[in-house]
Amino acid sequence: MLKKISNIGDCGITCDFGDEVNKNTNKEVIKLFNFIQESVKGRKIKGILNFTPSYNKLIINFELGQIKSNEIIEFIKSSDYSKINLPENSKTVEIPICYDEEFALDIKRLEEKTKLNFKEIVSKHLETNFFVYMIGFVPGQPFLGDLNENLYHDRLDTPRIRINKGSVGIVEKFCTIYTFESPGGWNIIGRTPFELFNINKTNTSILSPGDTVKFKSISKKEFTLFKNE
Amino acid sequence: MNNYFKVLRPGINSTFQDLGRFGLQHLGIVASGCMDQLSFCNSNKLVDNKISEGALEFAYQGPLLEMNGENALVAISGKVNFNLIKKNGEIIKGKSNESFQISNGDKIDILSTINSVYGYFSIFGGFKIEEVKGSVSTLVKAKIGPNNGNKLKIDDKIFFRKSHQTNKLKKIDFDFDKDNVIRVMKGLQVHYFSKKSQDDFFSKEYKVTKLTDRMGMRLEGVKLENTVNKNIKSEGITKGSIQVPGDGQPIILLSDHPTIGGYPKIANVITADYDKLVQKTPGTTIKFKLVNLAVAENAFQDYVRKF
Repeated sequence: MLKKISNIGDCGITCDFGDEVNKNTNKEVIKLFNFIQESVKGRKIKGILNFTPSYNKLIINFELGQIKSNEIIEFIKSSDYSKINLPENSKTVEIPICYDEEFALDIKRLEEKTKLNFKEIVSKHLETNFFVYMIGFVPGQPFLGDLNENLYHDRLDTPRIRINKGSVGIVEKFCTIYTFESPGGWNIIGRTPFELFNINKTNTSILSPGDTVKFKSISKKEFTLFKNE
Repeated sequence: MNNYFKVLRPGINSTFQDLGRFGLQHLGIVASGCMDQLSFCNSNKLVDNKISEGALEFAYQGPLLEMNGENALVAISGKVNFNLIKKNGEIIKGKSNESFQISNGDKIDILSTINSVYGYFSIFGGFKIEEVKGSVSTLVKAKIGPNNGNKLKIDDKIFFRKSHQTNKLKKIDFDFDKDNVIRVMKGLQVHYFSKKSQDDFFSKEYKVTKLTDRMGMRLEGVKLENTVNKNIKSEGITKGSIQVPGDGQPIILLSDHPTIGGYPKIANVITADYDKLVQKTPGTTIKFKLVNLAVAENAFQDYVRKF
């Protein structure tokens, strides 16, 4: 349920769906996100520049010369968007992952914390149907959940300065895939050769908020031979 | 005949920018775009381009460019110290915010911005640069934009469109706002900070530090005390948001900000004062003045009149 709409400065608003971070809350966020996206496409509302869903909020940025926040708030409040049947855009994507020790940098740390062995950790990671809560921080980086609760662990105390592109990391109930080489503090359990983001493709980001991700284990050899289309 | 500039010196951070790349923040792609919108639009106006035409943005020290091709009308906006070096070696002191003609073999040497950070270089007809997802803005960190998403580097060639024209030279009366007051509205998590810290933030001076770029501006001043939680659930970020990480020193998120973030935000810079803010050089002290939405919207009406 949309709990509250607030201003962010003079050219943004946030639609707050409450403090819970779970699939149901996020699905509500994505419903509103889809509605705004369709409304922008169908020119039912003008001046919208960006709309960014996160776990429990949707942030909308607009051009102040075109529209004011009260008009957008009115637009959202007056539309019964939760009842509108929007095209079901979400899809399931299979992502290859190699858990080879060269890539699974934090497996020892996880074994110690979870009291599970390597095989058990991998199988619990593979059996999960991950939901794409949001994409961002950097281009194309997905935040997936919910991890099997036996795998929950904290962030590293000292983040790594460099994490390779394609690394798959877990923290608390979430899983992410680094789409760019970057610093980071997540527990790295493997790496994918699959390119999730390419600005030069029409379909820039393979994943969208609301999609489902299923990992598929591949060998080091398959990893090396993998070709992105 | 190919018309181009050869880059003899790239400058510190020279990138192509326009008004931004929109509609992709949900995929992690920030809008980017020119830092100082008024100066950017001025550079296009001076050469009779549409105001959204891509221009070359530079910071502090700009590039040294050698022109090859037919005569062209160009302009540099902002407050910029530059020279036009004629083919015969004659050096003419440049005047920013005035368009001028350049000819084959001439060089433009953009030495420095004056008491400011960003300047813009435009050419009548525009640069021949590739649009990526509807914009020529460059996001260097993710290698998105023309020039393969890179800053200018030495020996690059910047092609521009052929222009058959005898445009009148133009001039714009321009100066930056001298005062150091930045108007802000309360942020989503302003209540995370103690009453004293809120009072401090909206009244005391904060210094712009060297750790400032297109992504963000780190400030230094009275430490802000968070009494609720040093982190929030990651949420979408808006340009001009002022976040406060655990160390209590504010960071203003600028045009190339991350698309989502997990630090509480104490305030947001109003649109009308964003250009003024980004031109503040490290070492400058600024002061935040708290205003409400109505004041911000009125200030925006005054701001757009300058365009």
